[in-house]
Amino acid sequence: MIVAERKPLAEILEMVKDCKKILVLACRGCVTVCSAGGEREAEILASLVRLGLKKNGCRAEVIEGSLVRQCDKEYIDAIDEWQGQYDAILSTACGVGVNFIANLRPTDNVYPALNTTFFGGSAEQGVWSEQCAGCGNCVLHLTGGLCPVARCAKSLMNGPCGGSVDGHCEINPSVDCVWQMIYDRMGRLDRQQELTVAAPIRDWSTAGHGGPRKLIRGDLTV
Amino acid sequence: MNFTPDIRLFSCHYTAQQSCAGEGRELQELGFPENVRLSRVNCTGKLEEITLLKAFEDGADGVYVVGCPTDSCHNLQGSRRAAKRVEAVRQALGEMDVEPDRIRMYHLPRGLHPEFVDAAREMNQRIQEMGPGPF
Repeated sequence: MIVAERKPLAEILEMVKDCKKILVLACRGCVTVCSAGGEREAEILASLVRLGLKKNGCRAEVIEGSLVRQCDKEYIDAIDEWQGQYDAILSTACGVGVNFIANLRPTDNVYPALNTTFFGGSAEQGVWSEQCAGCGNCVLHLTGGLCPVARCAKSLMNGPCGGSVDGHCEINPSVDCVWQMIYDRMGRLDRQQELTVAAPIRDWSTAGHGGPRKLIRGDLTV
Repeated sequence: MNFTPDIRLFSCHYTAQQSCAGEGRELQELGFPENVRLSRVNCTGKLEEITLLKAFEDGADGVYVVGCPTDSCHNLQGSRRAAKRVEAVRQALGEMDVEPDRIRMYHLPRGLHPEFVDAAREMNQRIQEMGPGPF
């Protein structure tokens, strides 16, 4: 899922300080699962915005709403339900949702309430970790299912580097060296021999270095 | 500043037993401040962050939660969960440059104990010293 966290309240209050009617719009997709921008968090944020604006001497009407997702056109259209009740949307979706609102609602002001952080999973309750960088050229079949692009600080294709010490990364001892994990795992799977093949220089154009990416599925377009 | 603060107390069923004694008269006799409004909940672990924030939106100058001791909550982890939600509101108040101590968590023994009244007096005094809430 896409993992996100709320922006500092002062930053949010600065964004909306001149707004008179604010729609805090939750997303019931990924950000609900990571407890950053679902209906519960949007209700809390709306309350905080009301309190913060009042404390700063501003007056605004703050209402709450939610969409199934903010990354699909048909759900964005549902914003019409609140037509006339807002002069700004404070979205608790990830950056994709904010972009979709901006793309599809040309006259709506939209502001991001979250910082979108990474593609990850819930390692344990209340803890999320990055697992995928969305680089567009997956090499997990070569590395036992562990991603060196997302989980190695240097995104090395032929690791580990000299900074790997006792299975930990040199950037922070609390970070496991994914290349150590790859070697250990491939050994357990009796596939360590596969790691003797040097990975070639990587083409990063699929990772966004070639500009914004688009996927067109001809079998699905209408 | 001399003013009578509006203080909201959310207390679990067990730590607020004193409020039932003598049909509520005992608390008054022990000097429980009249400006502290008590809401009893089955378990403080059931309290949501939004409930605490709404109390401030409704005009509270201070809010506090009384739950079981952390190592002997009737519902095992209820009061610890409540403490985390109180801490989240404390951080949010801090982000707004509002005194975090306008909300506090107390872990008190269950049953009839003087600490229940002491906590109310302490909270009342703290909020009086801070002055009216900024909301």
